[in-house]
Amino acid sequence: MNIRLLKDKILSKLMLVFTLASVSLIVVIGGGLYYRSVPVLQKSSWYNLLTSSIWKPMKGLFGFYPFIMGTLWVTAIAIIIALPLCLLTAFYLVDYAHHNIKKFIFPFVNLLSGIPPVIFGVWGVLFIVPFIQDHLAPHFVEFSTGYSVLAGGIVLAIMIFPLIVSIISEVLNTIPQELKDASLALGATKWETIKKVEIRKALPGIIAATVLAISRAFGETIAVLMVCGNNAVVPHSVFDPGYPLPALIANNYGEMMSIPLYDSALMFAALLLFIIILLFNLISRLILVRLERKMAA
Amino acid sequence: MIKRKIEEYFFKSLMILATIVVTGSFFLIVGTIFTKGVPFMTLDMITKSPGGGFYIGKEGGVLNAIIGSLYIAGGATILGLIISVPVAIFINMYMDGRYFLSNAIRVVFDVLFGIPSIVYGAFGFLIMVYFGVRASLLGGIIAVTLLVIPVLVRTLDEVIRTVPNELRDAALSLGATRWEMAKVVLRQIKPGILTAILLSFGRGIGDVASVLFTAGFSDNIPNSLHQPAATLPVAIFFQLGSPVEEVQGRAYASALILTVIVLIITVLSQLLIKKFSKYKI
Repeated sequence: MNIRLLKDKILSKLMLVFTLASVSLIVVIGGGLYYRSVPVLQKSSWYNLLTSSIWKPMKGLFGFYPFIMGTLWVTAIAIIIALPLCLLTAFYLVDYAHHNIKKFIFPFVNLLSGIPPVIFGVWGVLFIVPFIQDHLAPHFVEFSTGYSVLAGGIVLAIMIFPLIVSIISEVLNTIPQELKDASLALGATKWETIKKVEIRKALPGIIAATVLAISRAFGETIAVLMVCGNNAVVPHSVFDPGYPLPALIANNYGEMMSIPLYDSALMFAALLLFIIILLFNLISRLILVRLERKMAA
Repeated sequence: MIKRKIEEYFFKSLMILATIVVTGSFFLIVGTIFTKGVPFMTLDMITKSPGGGFYIGKEGGVLNAIIGSLYIAGGATILGLIISVPVAIFINMYMDGRYFLSNAIRVVFDVLFGIPSIVYGAFGFLIMVYFGVRASLLGGIIAVTLLVIPVLVRTLDEVIRTVPNELRDAALSLGATRWEMAKVVLRQIKPGILTAILLSFGRGIGDVASVLFTAGFSDNIPNSLHQPAATLPVAIFFQLGSPVEEVQGRAYASALILTVIVLIITVLSQLLIKKFSKYKI
């Protein structure tokens, strides 16, 4: 009897240790990255690092502005493309689609989410980049190699499709049927019900999904790196190349140890990503948890 | 009246169009990879390591990268399981009544899940520098383990929550300790654990950014933890950047191999999830 209780007690302590260790990972990662970026922070201020656009590692000048703008352009394009498409898809799947169609479509959405980033990158190079270079860009600008923030945005948009569709359809499923029935019974069409009842009811969930998608797009590295052109200037049109933050880290890890402060600057880039994504994730998760609780009550 | 009808039809067709675009993008991607990859696919690709002059288009395959990927994803999944199973049990069975705390822990894992792999890669690199480990199989496994822990914990947590409370109560009322109750529950969720393993393996095998810093690259199949290891995604990435057409073709073929592996894993896990929810009491 005592042995059994003892076993339970020891194992429970062990599990507590594992839990605490893995939860504290979040603090350890943040702390570790901050510790390594202290050297570059001592040399110039946060404000300087974030707003300067001079990137000359050999001279010790690290301005992250072009990279931040690159990230913002790519992310914005991705969200602008993905959000309307995913909203319409989720509404269709939840409110219109026949049971069999739903059963057919959802597995493919899941399969899409399983495809590794590098495959998206290869596809972007093979399909999107030539498409932009030969068919899209000539209508708008004189010359574009196709490697552009637009290409990055399109590839990213497809990568975040599954995330947005699955969260929004889950949120839509929690809207009580009575609410929709009431609207339909008053003579509203399905679309009017969506427009005036469901969107209003699902708004927090839609916002949460969007914020989550933004943070996912922010951190995506390899697929974007492969199609974005990686030119450290601030993009001025969608056909300009850009150089997002994660791509900067991935591209330069090889030489970062040989130039003073370079590794520190790259760790600062990682810290920046970490902080932004941490905040965005926290916000959207809290919204989703609250929604879930409201539904359970 | 007619205006409303038109509006309805307009938006309905718009929705169908959007659904076709979203679903179609999957077929477009897989289709492109297949049509580009199949012509370059040879038996050598999956049975040989790179020979001399591989990178200027001479003979060889990517067996080193395939094996390296399997090692890293497999090792990380095993290590991750050792950490995640106790965590999932602890949140669900040892935190009775402390809902706020257990939900807070869940949110932390959700957030960890959202941290991009490049950050895990950078952090893994920091750990390696700190302990003086060079880029190696071990480094890659550590970084990918960090990456898959949230995947495993979230999936296991969800699966454990589907086990009815009555089962736990029954075990407890018979005088079982919480650990003995946990063993009963674990037996119940075997297919769920397999799903978690597949999901984590799938995430681990496809990721580049986490292994780019940490695993290094090598033309040989690693035979110790301290040797650098090639991985399939990194091999694709490097080969695609080559100006030699033959080597680019190999990137397409490697992409095809990776896609097939990942699709098989995803389909298996989807089937398991479906089967699992069917037998849910």
